[in-house]
Amino acid sequence: MKDRTAIAGIGQTPFAKSLPETELELALAAIRAALEDAGIGAWEVDGFASFTMEPNVEVEIARNLGCGDVTFWSQVGYGGGAACATIGHAAMAVATGRASVVVAWRARKRGAATSRPWANVPDRVAGPAQWSRPFGLLRPVDEIAMLTRRYMHEYGATRAHANRSPRAMMFAKPLDRDTYMAGRWISEPLCIYDNCLESDGAVAAVIVSADRARDCPQPPALIHAAAQGMNAQLQTMTNYHSTDPLTGPGWACATALWRDADVGPRDVQVAQLYDAFSPLVLLSLEAYGFCKRGDAPGFTDNGALGPGGRLPVNTSGAGMSEAYVHGFNLVAEGVRQIRGTSTSQVDGAEVSLVTSGEGVPTSALLLTADR
Amino acid sequence: MSAGSLLPDPAPYEAPFWEWCAEGELRVQQCRNCGVLRFPPRPGCASCESVDATWVRLSGKGRIWSFVIAHPPLLPAYEALAPYPVVVVELDEDRTLRMVGNVVDGTEAAIDLPVEVTFEEVGEMTLPRWRARTT
Repeated sequence: MKDRTAIAGIGQTPFAKSLPETELELALAAIRAALEDAGIGAWEVDGFASFTMEPNVEVEIARNLGCGDVTFWSQVGYGGGAACATIGHAAMAVATGRASVVVAWRARKRGAATSRPWANVPDRVAGPAQWSRPFGLLRPVDEIAMLTRRYMHEYGATRAHANRSPRAMMFAKPLDRDTYMAGRWISEPLCIYDNCLESDGAVAAVIVSADRARDCPQPPALIHAAAQGMNAQLQTMTNYHSTDPLTGPGWACATALWRDADVGPRDVQVAQLYDAFSPLVLLSLEAYGFCKRGDAPGFTDNGALGPGGRLPVNTSGAGMSEAYVHGFNLVAEGVRQIRGTSTSQVDGAEVSLVTSGEGVPTSALLLTADR
Repeated sequence: MSAGSLLPDPAPYEAPFWEWCAEGELRVQQCRNCGVLRFPPRPGCASCESVDATWVRLSGKGRIWSFVIAHPPLLPAYEALAPYPVVVVELDEDRTLRMVGNVVDGTEAAIDLPVEVTFEEVGEMTLPRWRARTT
């Protein structure tokens, strides 16, 4: 599959705390923008890939978009772990001839406090949640804070640095260290600034063969490798029952990703690391091989992840500062870095890594320039 | 935590854990074939693939593996108690036997703090709780 497919188009809606459009309208707007970016008409779309949590089903997208016969569709589970996997599924469909133009997307309205999934649960909890929620471990932030406290205990990290990319929803709200340190607690050791934004918005990508992408208006972002992974004995989010809970699904995904790639972690010039919660960035730095286990806090010193650092990370602001679209906005930014059009462009970036959520069955994407 | 608290809705293979709690015993599954202890309960053994298991009583002793202190926003029944600690206890019998829970004797949560199980009725269920121990 290596280098046989490419992302030829990306599109997105505005991101905001509250948008008036329905999720269907947001999805269609992002997909139309991505198709226009690719120079491809809706009637050519014959495949779809999205999330099991996506509110818009393929049949509604297809008939509202104006597609013809559709011959491939796929939905990936586990929320924030799915974004890169949708691209991977699309690439497999194109590489195997199941479809020729696949649209991957995510649309969601999660800006309103009333839309929080953890606040809308029945009083009786079944499945894995019965072992944690009755005891007051209610929210995703609590579940990740538990791993964070253990990480801090084992490796001596203090509270992680906040993402400071001045863009998108947080464009006019720079965050300095003092403000971060004064942020109110949500689940100690994590404060308000360790959490991603609650946003409305949609993002889409168009996947075609590499040959077709070379005829499209934008420079292709080749899909060099795409992988999914979950580790042995993983329990989603409350991953406390494996032998070593600090070695999570990202490690399994990274093994599969690098196995298929001609390049390694040292060749990556820019990375979009899924950041629903700040410590996931540290875990991903270790999982994908940028540093050894326990060394991530030191790796981030001296602005290493910032502009001009040794590994610029989350250059659009990502989930913490741009918008939280279940990590799909990270895919779009990974493409912009290959095109050379990011607002925090890494000069000459030819190898661009995108990861999805650590802590859940996850996925990753390695995009390369066509040179 | 009582009125408005979340309570478990166990599957048949999970229910014995809660039923033993009501008897004042902390029990987990043990594979009859290979002897491996497992928690949370599952319909099969991940070590040997056997589906034959029994429920064995643990000492109820362990240490705090990690903890958080939850602050609002939370569900109303929990927000009334906030900020409150939630702990993960690693049981003495096996390091993969880790249970989420609460320390109820007022001891401040700390990693490696030795704890032992106690039980509390909450609505129609009995939940395991934890208190500091000296032995």
